[in-house]
Amino acid sequence: MLTAPSLSYSLLAPMLIVFGGAVAGVLVEAFLAKTHRAAVQLTISLGALLLALQQLWRIRDLSSTTAAVNSVAIDKAGIFLQATVVLLALVAVLLIADQDNFVAQASAVPGSSEEINTLQQKSQQTEIFPLFLFAVGGMMLFPVATDLITLFVALEVFSLPLYLLAGLSRRKRLLSQEAALKYFLLGAYASAFFLFGAAFLYGYAGTISLSGISAAFGTANEVFLLIGIVFLSVGLLFKISAVPFHSWTPDVYQGAPTPITAFMAACTKVAAFGAILRIFYVGFAQSQTLWQPIITVIAILTMIFGSIVAITQRDIKRMLAYSSIAHAGFLLSGVVALNKDGLAASLFYLFTYGFTTLAAFGIIGLVKDSAGEVTDLNRWIGLGKKSPLVAGVFAFLLLSFAGIPLTSGFIAKFAIFSAAYKSGNIALVVVGVLASAIAAFFYIRVIIMIFFTDPVNDSVSVIIPSVKSRISITIATLISIILGLAPSLLLNGADNFANFLR
Amino acid sequence: MSLLTVIGVLPLIGAIILAVVPSKNSELIKKFALGVTLIVAVISILLATGFDKADTKMQYVQSNSWISSFNINYAVGIDGISLVLILLATILLPIVVLATWNESDSGRWGVKSFYVLILALETLMIGVFAATDLFLFYVFFEAMLIPIYFLIGGYGSGNRSAAAIKFLLYSLFGGLLMLASIIGIYVISGNQIGATFDLAQLAILEIDNQTENFLFLGFFIAFAIKAPLWPFHTWLPDAAKSATPGTSVLLLGVLDKVGTYGMIRFCIELFPDASKTFTPLIITLAVISIIYGAFMAIGQSDIKGLIAFTSISHFGFITMGIFAMTSQGMSGANLYMVNHGFSTAALFLIAGWMMARRGSSTISDFGGLQRVTPVMAWTFFIAGMSGLALPGLSSFVSEFLVLVGTYTRYPVAAVIGTLGIVLAALYILIPVQKALQGPTTPGNENLKDLNIREKIAIAPVILVIVIMGFYPKPVLDVINPTSAQVVTNAGFTDPLAQVSK
Repeated sequence: MLTAPSLSYSLLAPMLIVFGGAVAGVLVEAFLAKTHRAAVQLTISLGALLLALQQLWRIRDLSSTTAAVNSVAIDKAGIFLQATVVLLALVAVLLIADQDNFVAQASAVPGSSEEINTLQQKSQQTEIFPLFLFAVGGMMLFPVATDLITLFVALEVFSLPLYLLAGLSRRKRLLSQEAALKYFLLGAYASAFFLFGAAFLYGYAGTISLSGISAAFGTANEVFLLIGIVFLSVGLLFKISAVPFHSWTPDVYQGAPTPITAFMAACTKVAAFGAILRIFYVGFAQSQTLWQPIITVIAILTMIFGSIVAITQRDIKRMLAYSSIAHAGFLLSGVVALNKDGLAASLFYLFTYGFTTLAAFGIIGLVKDSAGEVTDLNRWIGLGKKSPLVAGVFAFLLLSFAGIPLTSGFIAKFAIFSAAYKSGNIALVVVGVLASAIAAFFYIRVIIMIFFTDPVNDSVSVIIPSVKSRISITIATLISIILGLAPSLLLNGADNFANFLR
Repeated sequence: MSLLTVIGVLPLIGAIILAVVPSKNSELIKKFALGVTLIVAVISILLATGFDKADTKMQYVQSNSWISSFNINYAVGIDGISLVLILLATILLPIVVLATWNESDSGRWGVKSFYVLILALETLMIGVFAATDLFLFYVFFEAMLIPIYFLIGGYGSGNRSAAAIKFLLYSLFGGLLMLASIIGIYVISGNQIGATFDLAQLAILEIDNQTENFLFLGFFIAFAIKAPLWPFHTWLPDAAKSATPGTSVLLLGVLDKVGTYGMIRFCIELFPDASKTFTPLIITLAVISIIYGAFMAIGQSDIKGLIAFTSISHFGFITMGIFAMTSQGMSGANLYMVNHGFSTAALFLIAGWMMARRGSSTISDFGGLQRVTPVMAWTFFIAGMSGLALPGLSSFVSEFLVLVGTYTRYPVAAVIGTLGIVLAALYILIPVQKALQGPTTPGNENLKDLNIREKIAIAPVILVIVIMGFYPKPVLDVINPTSAQVVTNAGFTDPLAQVSK
């Protein structure tokens, strides 16, 4: 006989609210008149996220491993990661609400008369809001899931909407659809690897729960554990775009509509790293001698490869894609560190990196000519002269990516490297600082192009952003600036919340 | 709040006011900047009068928690060494502002941004010498690059953006190596006495030899790039040629001193054993710098390049004095930092006026300036003589102290170093002869002599050069106790003078 599982609704409330908002959004699509949808959808998204945030605040001191029958752990780090995802999503949704970036009808063939018609009717794609909320819900579930099946479900829940969203760009449709297809196919492969690894881990431990796998250490043949870890890692490393599983990143970042790129770049990293941290800190902590060398090598490869290849990029979105690869490498050193400092540093890093990324892509969305966004770096030349404020903010964000002192990126890097040093991974620290030096070059090269070179092409201009984008970019930038000057505001929190329930 | 903090914050407040207040009146902006830097200079002199010379401890200390999770504090304080360098910075700044009144007019972003950058830079310069928290120092050290980068790239001449990025990348590379070392020593302190960035506490750590050597190298390479020491110097000539004269004064006169200051404060005080290990290598590099810089200077046809290479030679002397590990050498090196600051300032500022009038920086374009512009020619002459360490001018005292201090421990290095003085006569006298004496080169007949603003600006510099040449005692009194303390703390005693029998 089956008994109904007991769920702790109060602890699951933040996730339930977001998923509920997503379902409500689908109903709005079905029943509401076209003209009202956009406003209602935005309200639902904002409301759901705000409410979820309020619920997260309410449960901030609670913890439980049995919130959903041993499948979800609500703990300090989990709540911090969920809150990070929700906050980033709140800022991102304002960017997404600028619907000019999205195709009017996704199913229309690019360039067809059908498409032209929908454009003329000014019809808008409002499914993006429920899709977005489903993705956010999945991202909230991923870092708190404690068994392999729930992890897999969460992975798919947030990946599938992203595959769709990536293909919705209004301009450069073919590029966008190509990106979506690539992302989907490679993502499907990665998911298969993840499942394959999960099967091996089940075979090894006889259980799918992370704590069970941890407890089983030493009782069975470690070869199966190693195979399980390796294949599981392939799936996870794909999501954070670590080398050699990174090849989708530049194409997707470039092809996807810029607000979606911003959302994806910021939130996927938080969710995926949250899950990786939990899996390795809780599930595989005992077997660290097995996987630490592998992840260390991958971290080193990722840092160096991302930094070097970024130098050759001529497209700003592709450059930031490679920069995000390099940052994934830096973040991996927090995973390898495997101590409390590493966890706290990773939490801080993910938060600050997320906001800096959102602001940067938000600004990229503002640089346009008559045919749409301009991402070719050569056409950004002299932007500092045309709009000094926007260019100045962008330069600041680049310096933060580069980790110059007095920016949040610097504190994050310092925290994560000192955690790695503390755990004895000195090689990782040395490679990390050298990769940072290489990375500084391409960030600064963009600053040179913007400020030190005279404009040649007059058709590019910075559009005046809508109120929503303006709020979004301002908030994200302010958070970056404040956390650079007074990092204690968040560092102490990250310290307190750096705790996984086992 | 310590008076030190007041001095540090004032320019920043000035920069913010300038940035916020919408004014297009460039004369007013310049006067405001001059006013702020003058006030800071006056307060810093007050600071110096309140300084207890005999006390070798940090004075005017202040410490507030900044980032508590890492035990990072806003901790400042000064001893004799940092006091004179802060004075150097605060006194040179109003002079630079006054001397280069029209320098910013032709820049890429206008007058206002120029002075915002200059004032922000002053805050960072004071901070970098005042910080007694390693992390705070690093923040100032790296943040300082940004205003200089924009000053070179936005207001310089020639291939300015290439020079700016070369400067920035060299410095960032060194800075990041240092960051690895800072993380290292921070973690070690965490294992031994509780994680801290406080310099006094870091100095007592017990670090095993191999680790200490690596940590030392991380710091040393960063400072050798900054100083700059051969073979890390290649960014300097480009930067000095491209920057405006005012920026060059700040770059060579003050900012590069952070390199030699860092060698004393961090390399020697934190890693005395490793310093001992590497001393022979460093002395060799210093001697090479002295000779190499001198020969390159002789070969320069560009007046800014000439001054840049003479500086590389002089930084060789400073580094040699520091790592000779004698109290005379150390005092001499410290005094040299101050004197080099003033004589370089004089050379660059006057060279800047010459170039602005003639529209060329090639030495052979000048000639017979003494007839046309006597004041400009004579001030340049005095600055040049100070550069070649003529007795009676400031550099002589410091060069002498460095050589004496080095001789007692490394006689060979001192003797080769002396060769640098001989070469200095060549690299200064040849251009002096070409540019100032002889018949007036065609095209120079109508050059105007210094105007009243320029005379006011250069007078204090020349005055300092002359007074410090005859009576360096006040400055030495401040420097000596601290210098002796540094040498003693590093575990060295002055070798007895060898008397041949």
